[in-house]
Amino acid sequence: MTILNGLALTRIPPEGEALRAQVRAFLQEAVKDIPAHIRAKSWSGYDPAFSRKLGEKGWLGMTFPTAYGGHAQGAFARYVVVEELLNFGAPVGSHWIAERQSAPLILKYGTEAQKQRYVPQVARGESFFCIGMSEPNAGSDLASVRTRATPNDAGWLLNGQKIWTTNAQHCQYMIALVRTSGEAADRQKGLSQLIVDLSLPGVTVRPIEDMSGDRHFCEVFFDNVQLAPDALVGAEGQGWEQVTAELAFERSGPERLFSSVVLLDQWLAFLRTQAAPRAESLKLAGQILTRLAPLRALSVAVQEKLVQGQSPIVEAALVKDQGTVLEQFIPAAIADDLMALEGEAVPHELLLTLNYLTLVSPCYTLRGGTRSILRGMIARGLGLR
Amino acid sequence: MDHLITEALRDLLTGQCTPAVVRAIESEVAAGQSPAAAALWQQIEDTGFADLLLSEEAGGAGLALRDAFGVWDLLGQHAMPLPLADTMLARAWLAAAGVALPQGAIALTPKLAAAEGGLRASGVRGARVASWVLGQQGADLWLLPVGTAQVSASIFVLDADLHWPEAALASATRVPAAASLLVAQAGLVSALLAGSLLTVFESTLNFANERQQFGRPIGKFQAIQHELAVMAEHVSAARMAAQIACEADGVAADPLKVAVGKARTSEAAVEVASLAHSIHGAIGFTTEFDLQLYTRRLHLWRQTAGSESYWQLQAGQALLAAGGMALDVIREITDSRAAVA
Repeated sequence: MTILNGLALTRIPPEGEALRAQVRAFLQEAVKDIPAHIRAKSWSGYDPAFSRKLGEKGWLGMTFPTAYGGHAQGAFARYVVVEELLNFGAPVGSHWIAERQSAPLILKYGTEAQKQRYVPQVARGESFFCIGMSEPNAGSDLASVRTRATPNDAGWLLNGQKIWTTNAQHCQYMIALVRTSGEAADRQKGLSQLIVDLSLPGVTVRPIEDMSGDRHFCEVFFDNVQLAPDALVGAEGQGWEQVTAELAFERSGPERLFSSVVLLDQWLAFLRTQAAPRAESLKLAGQILTRLAPLRALSVAVQEKLVQGQSPIVEAALVKDQGTVLEQFIPAAIADDLMALEGEAVPHELLLTLNYLTLVSPCYTLRGGTRSILRGMIARGLGLR
Repeated sequence: MDHLITEALRDLLTGQCTPAVVRAIESEVAAGQSPAAAALWQQIEDTGFADLLLSEEAGGAGLALRDAFGVWDLLGQHAMPLPLADTMLARAWLAAAGVALPQGAIALTPKLAAAEGGLRASGVRGARVASWVLGQQGADLWLLPVGTAQVSASIFVLDADLHWPEAALASATRVPAAASLLVAQAGLVSALLAGSLLTVFESTLNFANERQQFGRPIGKFQAIQHELAVMAEHVSAARMAAQIACEADGVAADPLKVAVGKARTSEAAVEVASLAHSIHGAIGFTTEFDLQLYTRRLHLWRQTAGSESYWQLQAGQALLAAGGMALDVIREITDSRAAVA
């Protein structure tokens, strides 16, 4: 059984589907006054009050153990809730990284005290995390990070700089990948993950404006930031292994398929108002559907492998690369379709959404690993490297 | 049970449907005879693979389309030159209609047309190595013997254009069509494409690991690695799409699921064939090298039972007609069990 013939069509189990109707009823009410071009921000949309509301509903930390404020549900129950949130364009950005990556990381590698301290706050939608990976000279070549935490009597003394850190200006904490031992030449060895309280003296956060006009990623500077000994997550020197283990979870979820779905639904609704849509429009709608449906099935199949305890890293990269290509195709193709209409007024709100996605979609193929890096990972998985 | 069937079929194909046999059948048919085709068909009949979709009472294995995917996938992997997948489906449909099953392979055509008092069909896949044609004309299915038709060459060597004069229809069987033969054929061709896509990808991967240029295997070059990664993406999505197309409890496929399967596998066929030939260079373009046995079929099957544009249009119409969120149409495609046929 190889990677390409090992992915079988899998259904979301009934217990995973159980919450869908309830979540949908909530969302229909919760987002009804948010215009489509704002909903299109998807998991970049920032609204802490909405995150707290989800926490109250029990829809954050669904898979976490109850001892840490979670709800001990299956991964597919969370998958369904996330899928609904993204398809409605709910503003999930505040808690997104904390709930998807940071709390699961702490649950897997953290001490009992760390779990008690951080995880319940995440499940309540009160505590937000960002991830400090990239640096000015460490982008795709992540192993060349230079930010260093030096052990001292009080714990760790942190110096250096992170960049492209999403939502750092809104978060209480960062989980940073930094050098704790060895030298730059040691590459992956000697890296560790540390929890940094961003309110500490010596931390400076400076948002960067992206080409759509949003400010969701930041530069973060560390100038002699004193961290306590328990800032370390997992083992000293094991940061690289811990980071790469997270990536299969990060790369195959619904968030790699549905970033342009608010625009897709808005465009379909517009086509439905036309007496006789152009055949080219119908064909495009079908082209998107016949690409998106198999990818969604692949994403579910990868999720099933994760549930079974496997680590489908290459399969997840296959999903992410194709998903982001499609997410970028959707605004480009819809723009072509709308501007091919003769004598038909395109609603202003649809044009706003289209413009936003046109400007923001370049980020789809850089966040979570650039296209080239993902294709390199696939090649490695195929045995070419 | 499914696993036993596919393992037995894999053994048969590995031994009896080799590239040499595929070549022999194609060249013999071009010369007007086909002992190799007859020998391979006899092996298939002896082992019962053409009857797998028949009920157990009727001597089959009672497979649903869902299980047939694994069988058709293997046929595609081995460039099966005979209309075996077509015969499996035709026998199940004929049995359901109460028609006595004829001996020999049955080719399919969803586009049977009236002509000069008789019937005509062009480009019927595998008709040169079939004894019968099952065709759809409007609301009717016709079972027509190849022997009573005027047969002329089509574009692909194993295909034929057939004309049954009015007098020949006396020996034909006509029954009402319970479903669309075009949808059914597109579903099985999706699975054949899934198989050939896998073979073309794996052959290209092996070639890239073996072929040395500039002092190392060409698969060590990043440009080739990324081309293989893109091929792997198309193959993974197409194979999932083909499983969707075959997702049915009985032997009638769901039109929207088939639209997804045939559109996505056909799109992938063009991309994967193009990349495979690009990576192979001149050797892959020769008759002597086996790659062409599979890439010719990628193009052939893409052009069978509706291209990607045809099925994209069908899918688009269904999506617009559905209303509501695209997600719900996607879930209907990927998560629902088709109605029992």
